[in-house]
Amino acid sequence: MSKTTEQVRKSLKARYRSEKRFRAFGISAVAFGLLAVVVLFTDIISKGTSAFVETYIQLDIHWDAAELGIDDPSDAEQINYADYDALIKAALRERFPEVEGRLERRALYQLASSGAGFLLRDQLQENPDLLGTIQTQWILADDDVDMFIKADAEDRPDTRLVEVARPWVEALERDGHTDIQWNASFFTKGDSREPEQAGVWAAVTGSFFTMLVTLVLAFPIGVAAAVYLEEFAPKNRYTDFIEVNINNLAAVPSIIFGLLGLAIFINLFGLPRSVPLVGGLVLTLMTLPTIIISARAAIKSVPPSIREAALGMGASRMQMVMHHVLPLAMPGMLTGAIIGMAQALGETAPLLMIGMVAFIVDIPGGPLDAATVLPVQIYLWADSPEASFVALTSAAIMVLLAFLISMNTLAVLLRKRLERRW
Amino acid sequence: MQAGNLVLLLIALAAVFYFFGWRRSYAVSAPLGGVRHLHSLPGYYASLAAVWCVLPALALLAFWLMIDDAVIRTNLMASLPSSIQPQSQVDHDLLLNQIRNVAGGALNPAFVPAEVAAAAEQLNAMQAKNQLMLNIAFISIAVIGGAWGWSRVQPRLRARQQVESVMKWLLMASATVAILTTLGIVLSVLFESIRFFQKVSPVEFLFGLQWSPQIALRPDQVGATGAFGAVPLFAGTLLISFIAMCVAVPVGLMSAIYLAEYAHKNVRAWAKPILEILAGVPTVVYGFFAALTVAPAIRGFGESMGLTVASESALAAGLVMGIMIIPFISSLADDVITAVPRAMRDGSLALGATQSETIKRVVIPAALPGIMGGILLAVSRAIGETMIVVMAAGLAANLTANPLEAVTTITVQIVTLLVGDQEFDSAKTLAAFALGLMLFVVTLALNVIALKIVRKYREQYE
Repeated sequence: MSKTTEQVRKSLKARYRSEKRFRAFGISAVAFGLLAVVVLFTDIISKGTSAFVETYIQLDIHWDAAELGIDDPSDAEQINYADYDALIKAALRERFPEVEGRLERRALYQLASSGAGFLLRDQLQENPDLLGTIQTQWILADDDVDMFIKADAEDRPDTRLVEVARPWVEALERDGHTDIQWNASFFTKGDSREPEQAGVWAAVTGSFFTMLVTLVLAFPIGVAAAVYLEEFAPKNRYTDFIEVNINNLAAVPSIIFGLLGLAIFINLFGLPRSVPLVGGLVLTLMTLPTIIISARAAIKSVPPSIREAALGMGASRMQMVMHHVLPLAMPGMLTGAIIGMAQALGETAPLLMIGMVAFIVDIPGGPLDAATVLPVQIYLWADSPEASFVALTSAAIMVLLAFLISMNTLAVLLRKRLERRW
Repeated sequence: MQAGNLVLLLIALAAVFYFFGWRRSYAVSAPLGGVRHLHSLPGYYASLAAVWCVLPALALLAFWLMIDDAVIRTNLMASLPSSIQPQSQVDHDLLLNQIRNVAGGALNPAFVPAEVAAAAEQLNAMQAKNQLMLNIAFISIAVIGGAWGWSRVQPRLRARQQVESVMKWLLMASATVAILTTLGIVLSVLFESIRFFQKVSPVEFLFGLQWSPQIALRPDQVGATGAFGAVPLFAGTLLISFIAMCVAVPVGLMSAIYLAEYAHKNVRAWAKPILEILAGVPTVVYGFFAALTVAPAIRGFGESMGLTVASESALAAGLVMGIMIIPFISSLADDVITAVPRAMRDGSLALGATQSETIKRVVIPAALPGIMGGILLAVSRAIGETMIVVMAAGLAANLTANPLEAVTTITVQIVTLLVGDQEFDSAKTLAAFALGLMLFVVTLALNVIALKIVRKYREQYE
């Protein structure tokens, strides 16, 4: 046996060990990545699911006109401004007659949500015959009660519910007078200081208008730019300069686009702050490079024979592009546009710059109403000190992720269904 | 919005002229024996009429909207009685604002001097007149343009060439948006930065060690001068980015290597898309995860080991940022690794090298330029990342290298300085733009270098 073979054989064991070690590194790297995905999603989901339901407590409501301060039931004004909280307070006093003292009473009144009165008002407006009757009704509970009911027995001492109120809530629970119901207001309302009344709908509509502006501007401009660069642009310095610009813009931090929006659209052009129109403009500039790059790839994938055939039949270059290249490249362009839109939908930082961080309760009615968007709403809620907002934030994240996942799935499906292999 | 209504009206007018242009092209071709005797297809004549209707009117609208505010303002100020003529620029702005508020109904006219109330009424009248004039001018230009286009429909008119050249100009204008965006970014950060550097010297900004931008409202207040030394911000940004890269580079690179070289086809088909989910998660979600899950966990862990950990530690933000960047590095590395020719691996394996030796000595060196380019791009993303640090990193500018303490970053400061009420001549607001300029320059440089590296060495193995 030669000396070299001997040497190699001796080193083999160590080399195989290092091979195994390297492989193990690789596996653990992949495992770490996958673990991060799993932890991220389970964390969000475990925190957020409880926000999709909310607690109600059952009370006997006396629809007493005197208590409400209504002397003429046909007067819509009076119905509108009557003191509905008084009904709930009376019902609570009746349910817990043993509660005495100002402080205890106040704690008692806080079992019901401060917005519960408005729900009663809506009922009365719908059905004026309620006046004078006694109804057993489910009243929306305060978020502290909600957290207490939802918590496990061992976690309950740590919740925020005040000490005196705990026996009352437990009594209600024992008698079956608490119920956990689907949180419809989460999907229909705007932001609120009270977690149990806050919803994402205003943010979702804001996102919708912002995305609408973005789509209407970014898709045509992006496709037109891609067509120009691929089909018409002469090879010169100007074209090169455009290409360099597009590549660099794709990597500019998004917050810089926010600075651009603030300095140009708001300060220079005088457009209003906090509106989806400006948000859409900023996101348009931000997503344009993505859309242009993917649209160019789609145009490039159309084989030259198609173009030559069209030109050979006497079509002009513009006809060749409009009638043949664009329709064939459209699926790829749409896929790129959807991915660009998904990116824009999740974007927060530039929108903070142009003032879309306002506290918006009303549902925006158009791209010129003050609005916030879903990611910014998440940011705002994540900053709130109240513990119930954590669940709400996670639930809003789940809504956002659901939108993103469906957009990306749509893009993948579109690509699979429509993309042609040449 | 009025302009929106005008544009809608314009679209309707364009449709009308398209229709008439179409009709006329048939009408003029009838005596010659049908549309085949026209130079272009009828659709081109129709489009030409519509283009003549739309383009001049849009140009007028853009020009009008650009100047009308200034014209009204100047006229209004000139018409004011001398008793309330403003003496200084500040008075001028204040008075103008007051008049606007009264005119807009935000301020009760009873609370202001009679002259101001009168000026507000005049402003309203001028605005109404302006709107009326705009409407008339816009509609007449659109109709005249359309009619001119329509009247030009003749069998010999080269309508297709004209329409196509208009389209080509539109395409080129769209491509120019990219240049305008860059220009807009550069100008907006540059102008405000220059104004900032007139108040604060660039030397202090670049090399100062104190950052406390809060400027008092009155000059005689305590702490009236803010400190604008940005070094703690640069250090904080670099610290968090460094932590992020310490997570992302090994994990991203090794998972790319494993998935490209070792993993079974089915494993790769599953693991790669799952890893790429991380790239699609919005950064605000990472911020929430960092602030509410990772930071308390690190703090609890550190305290159980007897360390003091800030609740907004750089480690938490950096760790989560690293997780965010993993798929970015792994997919870029995967691309360059799979691009290394098979023959190079086979050669190495045939000489008796183990697979890991082949990867370490042959594949990685061959793919190195691409990997380095990818890492540089990832660094530029880490530096520019905003939401994770806004939510999970601190606000106080500490100059420290300890990852367990709270640091602040450039992007955090931009957000805190600009969110909320701003006045555009205070150094505090302008400082955000100076920071933005730094951020833009640094990320741009990183991108340019990364692209250069990738481009320079790419063809070597093809």
